[in-house]
Amino acid sequence: MPNPTLLPVAPPPRLYPLGETAVVLEFGTVISEATNATIQAVADYLLAHPFPGLGELVPAFTTLTVFYDPWQVRASGAAGLPFEAVAATLRERLARLPPGAAAAETGPAVEIPVCYGGGFGPDLEEVARHCGLSPAEVVARHAGADYRVYFIGFAPGFPYLGGLPAELATPRRASPRPLVPAGAVGIAGAQTGIYSLPTPGGWQLIGRTPERLFRPAAADPSRLRAGQRLQFVSITEEQFHQWPAV
Amino acid sequence: MSLHLLRPGLLTTIQDTGRPGYRRAGVALSGALDARALRVANLLVGNAPGAAALEITLLGPTIRFSTDHLLALCGANLSATLNGQPLPLNRAVAVRAGTELSFGRPQAGSRAYLAVAGGLAAPLVLGSRATYLTAGIGGLEGRALRADDVLAVAAAAPAAIRLGQQLLAHSPELPGVAAPWFADPALTPRPKAAPVLRAVRGPEYGQFTAASQGAFWAEEFQVTPASNRMGSRLAGPALLRAADAPELLSAAVTFGTVQVPPGGQPIVLLADHQTTGGYPRLALIAAADWSRLAQVPPGGTLRFQEISLPEAQQLYLAQEDQLRQLERAVALRFGGTM
Repeated sequence: MPNPTLLPVAPPPRLYPLGETAVVLEFGTVISEATNATIQAVADYLLAHPFPGLGELVPAFTTLTVFYDPWQVRASGAAGLPFEAVAATLRERLARLPPGAAAAETGPAVEIPVCYGGGFGPDLEEVARHCGLSPAEVVARHAGADYRVYFIGFAPGFPYLGGLPAELATPRRASPRPLVPAGAVGIAGAQTGIYSLPTPGGWQLIGRTPERLFRPAAADPSRLRAGQRLQFVSITEEQFHQWPAV
Repeated sequence: MSLHLLRPGLLTTIQDTGRPGYRRAGVALSGALDARALRVANLLVGNAPGAAALEITLLGPTIRFSTDHLLALCGANLSATLNGQPLPLNRAVAVRAGTELSFGRPQAGSRAYLAVAGGLAAPLVLGSRATYLTAGIGGLEGRALRADDVLAVAAAAPAAIRLGQQLLAHSPELPGVAAPWFADPALTPRPKAAPVLRAVRGPEYGQFTAASQGAFWAEEFQVTPASNRMGSRLAGPALLRAADAPELLSAAVTFGTVQVPPGGQPIVLLADHQTTGGYPRLALIAAADWSRLAQVPPGGTLRFQEISLPEAQQLYLAQEDQLRQLERAVALRFGGTM
């Protein structure tokens, strides 16, 4: 798969406040791998070059939200409004971002094992009917595609994935299930995703992974990370049950 | 050194000031909904401001203290009593072993914070003891407390122990004795019914119709029973975006974000909110008013008042200055008893 076009941050992002404790950097309004790569690069650069008062960073499709503590910003000697001081610092950091930094994330794809259909994928046949394909063709296309983890959000460890083949797009179920198990792999519109916690949910379920996406005992509690490439690998029910617990 | 829950109350959880650093992994900050009340309660008993304490919701628990303890109760007035005698709020109070703390009718506000000298000794999960119910982590087994739970308390600072002993020795006949000093009343206001919450415009404010913008600032909203630690769901005039408003992509949200689903009834996000959301962000409650927000009970009403970002940041700085001033004053107070 070709790498996205790797450009430095140009033109500069839109910058606006999200309340008095966060600044949003907006790198466009359209989902793209290049934008996502830029966001990861900027996030990594800010973590490597923090400023006093810097809090958490939250990447999303086209934005990077930078949390900060106005009290610590003022305590560090910044004059005037803390928001203006943080905005100036961010502009200065962005200008110093090395060109081509967005190329950083080019590891091998993470492989997520999925047992498709049967009791693990109760909606596989419905998806196949909707798409005019056989269940086996749905599985082959879902497991044959390259995905990208745009960001983790909505729930602990839940990945927003790009790359679902257009022919597999299927509307959500008319009525949500009261409880979807963790690891369920589903389709909702043009998105595919993996439930990271047992929750109510309306996605069409086509399979389940034995892997845990949210691992609170681990130092990095999310199995997946923004910017990663991802592939689904079809496994049997026997393999599912024998999959080592992590 | 333990607290025995004889009755659990409506929703009693272990909370601290939250679990920063994991939003990128989709993990909410969590922590006390009224973080100011938790911080003040901790400071009053000589704890670090972010020590683990109990968040008590509307109908409080009944708790028996196994040994002498120094405690402080801040936030909502939920008619707390020690062996039937009213427990003063916003003060360090020494209680004797065997004493029972119980609660009655909510008088003002909805969330009270019980700090115990030493802090509650739950295991750290991702750096915090806060209970995060959605993910089932933190606190005691990631859940709300139940009857017969026993909560361990970490060792208190020597100065806090001495203060407790002095207070109890002063009045041997009483189950609990309050310290004569208290926090700056500006940090411990009695929660007001129908508060006005100051707020700044959110990123998508301009996408709402002029009528909806006007209604948001002018009308009253009611907190509905569907509210929880993730957010306060409001009922009021429908707030709608203009017909040509663009489709939105999920992006970060914060405590106090007023997001508006397509039905037009806003949700104000609280500590266990999702890290990202796809609904338009109409406004953000000023951090200086997050305590007021968290104290409005279901059925209670609130209004919004627009302020500028510089005003919001000034309020934030002023509140943090007050809290740090209290921290220094308490350090002197406890230092003085050594």
